[in-house]
Amino acid sequence: MSLLHIHDLCVARGGMAILQNLCVTLDRGQAIVLRGPNGIGKTTLLRTIAGLQPGHGGTIKLPAEGVAYAGHADGLKPSLSVLENLQFWASVYGGRSIEAALDQMNLADLQHRTAQTLSAGQKRRLGLARLMVTGRALWVMDEPTVSLDTRSVALFAQIVRQHLAAGGAAVMATHIDLGLPEAHVLDLTDLRARARGGFTPGDPLAGDYF
Amino acid sequence: MIALLIRDLRIAIRAGGGFGLGLAFFLIVVTLVPFGVGARTELLRAIAPGILWLGALLACLLSLDRVFALDHEDGSLDLLATAPIPLEAVVAIKALAHWITTGLPLVLAAPLFGLLLQLEPRGYPWLVCALLAGTPALSVLGSFGAALTVGLKRGGLLLSLLVLPLYIPTLIFGADVVRRGAQGLDVTTPLLVLAAITLASVALVPFASAAAIRVNLR
Repeated sequence: MSLLHIHDLCVARGGMAILQNLCVTLDRGQAIVLRGPNGIGKTTLLRTIAGLQPGHGGTIKLPAEGVAYAGHADGLKPSLSVLENLQFWASVYGGRSIEAALDQMNLADLQHRTAQTLSAGQKRRLGLARLMVTGRALWVMDEPTVSLDTRSVALFAQIVRQHLAAGGAAVMATHIDLGLPEAHVLDLTDLRARARGGFTPGDPLAGDYF
Repeated sequence: MIALLIRDLRIAIRAGGGFGLGLAFFLIVVTLVPFGVGARTELLRAIAPGILWLGALLACLLSLDRVFALDHEDGSLDLLATAPIPLEAVVAIKALAHWITTGLPLVLAAPLFGLLLQLEPRGYPWLVCALLAGTPALSVLGSFGAALTVGLKRGGLLLSLLVLPLYIPTLIFGADVVRRGAQGLDVTTPLLVLAAITLASVALVPFASAAAIRVNLR
């Protein structure tokens, strides 16, 4: 059964189409990695899938419950502890246990520290642990591995694999190799919307593509 | 939803959360007015209802830009918008948290501040009543202004300009309740109008605020 079905989607930023003719079907247990140069529209596409902004045409079919979205910012409150931050999101999503998430993202020792004292990588690990307490099947992640060290990237790959094995699915944008060979790679470069006149104003790379 | 309320209250009382900012501002206004006006008891007594309401209103305005801006900066607003809680409820809860941390302390401290302005003794119960009935409207209407300006850096000026006209009815009827109460007149009509403004704001404005946030998140 497919968790995500995108048909002929056109994605727009600031009223201008940037990606078009996008068709994706994602079944349970599958992951997609979005690739493409900066500014191609990876974030915009992920925000469109998450329902934070409307598409410019085409259809997106999602699970009725929605998706678990993780953006560039982790949504942490600096004055709350690791435990309080995670507990809050667990309550919002229906009160799941946070123990497993803390353990797996290696945060158990940090749980009483306030989020403002964490390093960038530790904050990101907490942001990713939040995905695990949402209980949602479809994870939509924007550059999830930014500021993670090699060991934490491996931890992350492990929780994604575990999520897929449990019948979940994931869409993520990333520039590095995650060690997830089973993930499909979708290069967005070929889906760049062609502006009328065959030229994207203000984009010095435009000549390479048209 | 209760989790969101508890989180917001907890952040407010922790270091740097801004709890007490409104109260301190209210105290400053009320303490400075007698110095500015001079030691004329009769004059102070006459302007006390208006000054008390004006102080409460400006104190409320002072902390409005924090309602959504902090959540927008750290990405929480994106996450809340994709969470199972409807955005309308998120907005209503955040306005409630703003009222508890800003409006409610003003209501409780107002009798003390009335003393500084020589308010007539029989006006005190009406002062508390009027603030209790009117300040929730200030928080809800203010959260609408905050929702409209959430994506803007330094949107405070625009926020004040947007919100002040919406505050005028609450100010007029709120101050009228206190004035009439202090003079021993019947306060039913302005008090009912004040309550009606608050109830209508609480019922309708969260939908407008949620719509404004959705547009600003795009």
